Amino acid sequence: MKAVAKQEVQLKEELGTGADLLIKALVDAKVEKVFGYPGGAVLPIYDAMFRHEFPFEHILFRHEQGTIHAAEGYARVTGKPGVVIATSGPGATNLITGITDAMMDSLPLVIFTGQVGQSVIGTDAFQEADVMGLTTPITKYNYQVQNIADLPRIVNEAFHIATTGRPGPVLIDIPKNISAGATDGEYDNSFEVPGYQPTVNPNPMQIRKLANALSQSKKPVLLAGAGVTIADASDELTAFAEKYQLPVVNTLLGLGSFPGSHPLSLGMGGMHGTYTANMAIYEADLLINIGARFDDRLTGKISSFAPEAKVAHIDIDPAEIGKNITTEIPVVADAKRALLALLNGELNGPDNKEWLEKLEANKKEYPLWYDHSDELISPQWLIEQIHQASKGEAIVATDVGQHQMWAAQFYHFNKPHNWITSGGLGTMGFGLPAAIGAQIGRPDDTVISILGDGGVQMTIQELAVMNDLNLPVKVFIVNNEALGMVRQWQEKFHGERYSSSLLTKNPDFLKIAEGYGIRGIKVDKEKDVPAVLEDIFSYDGPVVVDCRISWKEKVFPMIAPGKGINEMIGVTR
Amino acid sequence: MKRIITCTVQDRGGVLNRITGMFYKRQFNIESITVGVSEIEGLSKMTFVVEISDDQKLEQLTKQLNKQIDVIKVSDITDKAIVARELALVKVNAGNQSRAEIQGIITPFRGTVIDVSKDTLTIQVTGKSDKVDALISLLKPYGIKEISRTGVTALLRGQQSSQQVVEVNSFPV
Repeated sequence: MKAVAKQEVQLKEELGTGADLLIKALVDAKVEKVFGYPGGAVLPIYDAMFRHEFPFEHILFRHEQGTIHAAEGYARVTGKPGVVIATSGPGATNLITGITDAMMDSLPLVIFTGQVGQSVIGTDAFQEADVMGLTTPITKYNYQVQNIADLPRIVNEAFHIATTGRPGPVLIDIPKNISAGATDGEYDNSFEVPGYQPTVNPNPMQIRKLANALSQSKKPVLLAGAGVTIADASDELTAFAEKYQLPVVNTLLGLGSFPGSHPLSLGMGGMHGTYTANMAIYEADLLINIGARFDDRLTGKISSFAPEAKVAHIDIDPAEIGKNITTEIPVVADAKRALLALLNGELNGPDNKEWLEKLEANKKEYPLWYDHSDELISPQWLIEQIHQASKGEAIVATDVGQHQMWAAQFYHFNKPHNWITSGGLGTMGFGLPAAIGAQIGRPDDTVISILGDGGVQMTIQELAVMNDLNLPVKVFIVNNEALGMVRQWQEKFHGERYSSSLLTKNPDFLKIAEGYGIRGIKVDKEKDVPAVLEDIFSYDGPVVVDCRISWKEKVFPMIAPGKGINEMIGVTR
Repeated sequence: MKRIITCTVQDRGGVLNRITGMFYKRQFNIESITVGVSEIEGLSKMTFVVEISDDQKLEQLTKQLNKQIDVIKVSDITDKAIVARELALVKVNAGNQSRAEIQGIITPFRGTVIDVSKDTLTIQVTGKSDKVDALISLLKPYGIKEISRTGVTALLRGQQSSQQVVEVNSFPV
């Protein structure tokens, strides 16, 4: 799939209806792709798209959940807002998981839902749902359009709110009589949001405090989260780390914001992070968090998290600072600007040679490890092979669970914007549509979707979109015939009582792929893997690979629930 | 500790829902809330009384309020020089014999009788919450049939405008 050069969009029709205003507003917002699903309450909008001969591409998914996860994947890899259209009632409620996911993981989305006509709102009309009530706690902001003339302003405002500050989903609920109603020909999209002025420039005093703390530190650690990627600050982060020789721990969502193969990288921290990363946090005397939110899967037991460290936290969202971890040096700012301020400031580097030596020794002594499976494929090795075959440059999208952790541990991300995973909400069914959205946003890049056999079945219908658009996404089902992470917890913490976690009657994924017109390959022996990978990475079309792994495989090392970051189990064989 | 927090917000549909929803989601307990128009058209003023366990929770609450798109300004005015008032309507059992007695009780509180029926009096009282509480406890022995309280609303005293209140979204340096 090649990108087509975009020309100046000329609308084909007059702005006769609210829907026409909406089309113009989307064109003005430079929207190129819309992920959607039609229905009764959005018929006027779909009609307007048709009449205007689709001034942006509309991609029809097979379930609204698919549209919104695709928009998330698109937003993650392009940095542009993902745009979604769904109808009222069930169309809107099917978006709820994705909206929450985007809210948790700070993804810019602008979502349009149809609504029943204003005259019947509140009467339990056909396909009516209280979308404003439902989405208020899971959106950065939401609107219900009350007057046709407000549409251009609201759309313009929504894109501004979604994409600035800490990005997030903004929803616009459009009653059918608004989209179908006649305009008075006016188009005014000017807006003011006096209550919303994100702080992007760091307070120089706080930067100086941070610089001083760094100079005095003997055991500094940088913790880099998704905020670094969102701010496009990877180069600045790398320069800062290199300049003062600062070791870097990445959060799950921050993977790729600092090169995973860099000598200063300690890998991922948290529940399934590396021993080196977690012990570095445990022993640090200064922890500088850049754009991460101290999620509980990172921190483990709070009292054991960075107990010796002075904590500095750079975040564009002031409410994240001090929320979970007491913070001595708060810096409210865009990550890039804060890092530039630190880079440009006068600062004596810390004396941390011994510290780096210790961390280096930990890295050598306690690397991530795995054993080869006797018969089936070892999943960690499989991820390494995928990494090699895709030269480490692919965009990787996952669901949540064991496969996600193996991908995070063994696909060493060296570039930002290439890693799409459902971190905060941990959404099964996310990875397949997210990969499709990523491929649509970056048509020239290799996109891989690594999924479990459980999650893939939650949104498997979106294979139809891959076939429809011939998107060359490579789908790997890491198939252990189980809900692997659930099963692992049952084994470790629930006396091996595998309550409803074994999927022994899985469907034949190859036949499903075939049914959708997609190539399917099954592989269950390690010796066959290299040839399969060579084959599929030279094939310019969608593929589903059913990779068989043992159901006994577990993700290690790990921090058991309620334990501290210094109490990892499974660090060594 | 009980805190009085005022909030200037854009008068848009759903704003009250968004803010009270945040209180619920973040596990804050609203003791009372009053909402009304402000001196500027298009802006409303909300006054919350919230029971908060510690400073960290308080900081989190004010930050979460500030984060709301519709919120223009948040001020914790608990420790400032303020005037804080609420209004209560109390319907109390009152036969012929007790009427004069009740009148005697409410006079020092500057309460007024605003409705009389055969067996009841309805009393209006305005003041600080503890004054209202005190009057209600004095009326209890007569048998209270109904109470309706507005919750606290508050303003800074005299010349101070709320601009001078420490902006809670800025950090101590």
